[in-house]
Parts: sequence; structure tokens; C-alpha cells
Amino acid sequence: MTTKLTHIWVYLAASPLLWLTVTLIAYQAANWVSQRFNFHPLANPVALAVTALVILLNLTGTPYTTYFDGAQFVHFLLGPATVALAIPLYLHFDRVKKMALPLLAALVIGSTTAILSAYWIARLLGGTREVALSLAPKSATMPIAMGITEKIGGLPSLTAVFVVLTGILGAMAGKLLLDKVRCRDDSIKGFAIGLTSHGIGTARAFQISEMAGAFSGLAMGLNGLMTALLVPLMMRWMG
Amino acid sequence: MLGAITILLLFQLAGEVLAQALSLPVPGPVIGMALLLAALVLRGSAPDEIRRTANNILSHLSILFIPGGVGVMLYLPRLAQEWLPILASLIVSTMLTLIVTALVLRALLRRKDRENAA
Repeated sequence: MTTKLTHIWVYLAASPLLWLTVTLIAYQAANWVSQRFNFHPLANPVALAVTALVILLNLTGTPYTTYFDGAQFVHFLLGPATVALAIPLYLHFDRVKKMALPLLAALVIGSTTAILSAYWIARLLGGTREVALSLAPKSATMPIAMGITEKIGGLPSLTAVFVVLTGILGAMAGKLLLDKVRCRDDSIKGFAIGLTSHGIGTARAFQISEMAGAFSGLAMGLNGLMTALLVPLMMRWMG
Repeated sequence: MLGAITILLLFQLAGEVLAQALSLPVPGPVIGMALLLAALVLRGSAPDEIRRTANNILSHLSILFIPGGVGVMLYLPRLAQEWLPILASLIVSTMLTLIVTALVLRALLRRKDRENAA
């Protein structure tokens, strides 16, 4: 019986089916928990699912590469999902056009703040240059941030982790913080959340309202562009 | 559903090809998003099918970040070693970016409203 079970485990562990399925289950379970807490921002589904999966992988002694062989099918969908952001954007396009100049100015200032503060806070507290450089593009969406880090001499896969953590933090703190500074306009809230915490923030912004979600998606796309342009230019200020 | 997914993939593909051909610093999917937006503006409406599909995908945007996030397990020792600079940078920079962006945007929109009213 035990050998039979071992046999089944060895077979499944080598196929992408197992970890793909487990990823979907972990996400839905995390969503269920988040729902139980009335979508409280601290019960963030990504944080819950990632924690559960890391524990499970450690317990079963599964290496990340084996896990990723299955989970890559989910990872792949980041591409088409980014393209799909064009649709809510289109639905709010009139409003976006009217706000174009203020949005652009806020984008440049927000993006600069994200890059320089991430780098310098880490450096001033004794972080290595490699880690600080990997932190610099953390507000850009994952494929963009990883591409930037690769070019400037950081660690792309470490950046992937920082991107997710930034997303979780922004999703957790975003609405609360913006309510504190008496920001009532959903388009402003969405834009700030999306610029800061890309897709994970955008998922949260869609819970605030469809308008917040659309502006968050817009900010995520624009800040991806802006971070890709600004980080190489700012290398001289990141010594 | 299938038609809409094909359209999304086609725009992503066009974005990737453009990014590679012109060696742009921007990833293909973001260019694909810009192209699809341009196409919708030119067309003057968004077909129902593509709206529904986009809605389905975007309502589960979070799951797409889980595989990358689990990569944290590769870096636990490194994170433990430099936990203070990393944690401080992530938390303070995230909060700062949120507030600066929102306040700048709000101030500029208010100024614009005043100008329009004047």
C-alpha cells in the first residue's frame, strides 16, 4: 500500500497537473477565507495562497522549479490579462482623456517617488546594492519589473518576489491610507493604487468600484512604461 | 469566449513582435494593451463577448501573481539576512508612492476645475 502510494506520488510529482491544480485550489480557498473576513484588506488572497503554498512545498520537499512547471500555465495568463485591461480603460476613455495632463504629471512624480525611495531606503539601512537595485522597479507589473532588473544588474527572480510583496502591501493599505488623507474620488484612488501596486492592487481596486478598477489598470499599464523609461535614466542617482 | 481569447492573444502577439522588432524597453503585453485600446477607439464600441471575457479574467487577476510570489521560497535566506532594509523599503516606499500620487493628482485636478470654472 505504501509503495503504491509512493508510486502514485512519484508519478504525479513529475506532471504539471498536480501543482497547477493545487495552485487553483489554494487561490479559491484563499478567496473563500478572504470572503469570510468580508474582504478585509489584511486577509489578502495572494498573501494567504502564497503562504499556504510555500508551507506545502516545504513539507513535501518539492523544489520551486517542479512547482513552476505546473504553475507556469497560470503565470502565462499575465500577458493576455494585461491586454484585457484595454477594455475597462476603453469604457472610461472619455474621463481619462479629460484628465490626461494631471494623470501624466502624477504618473511621472509617482513613478519617480516609487523608484528612488525604494532604492535609497534600502541602501541607507545597509542593504546591498544588488538587493536595492532589485527593489527599484518593484511598483511595475511583474514581467516589466523583471526585465528592468535584468538590465541594471539586480536579480530578476528576487524582483518578482518584491513585486508581489509590494502588490500585497498596496492592496492591504491602499484604501485605508487614501481614506486617511481624505481622498474620495474613486478615479484618484484607483490611479494611486494601480501605480503603486500594479495587478494585485488592481484586483483590489475592482472591489472598490469598476471605475477605481479601470483607473488602476490604466495606472498599472502607464507605470509599467514609465518605470521602464525612468530606471535606466536614474541609474546615476542610484550609486 | 474562445473568440475573445484569440483576440487578446493576437494583440499580445502583435505587441511582442513590435517590441522585439523595434527593441522597445516596454514588454509586449503592454504594447498589446495600447494597440487593443486604439482598435476599440477606432471601432467606436467594445463587443459584448470581449467585455464579458475581459471581466472574467480581470476579476481573478490576483491568481496570476501566485506562481511568481511562491518564488519567495528561493530567497528566504537572503530575505532573512537583509530583512530590515527590505521590509522598510517595501513598506515606506509603497505608502509614500500611494500618498504622493493621490495628492499630486488631486491637487492638479482641483486646479484644473478652478481654471475651468473661472
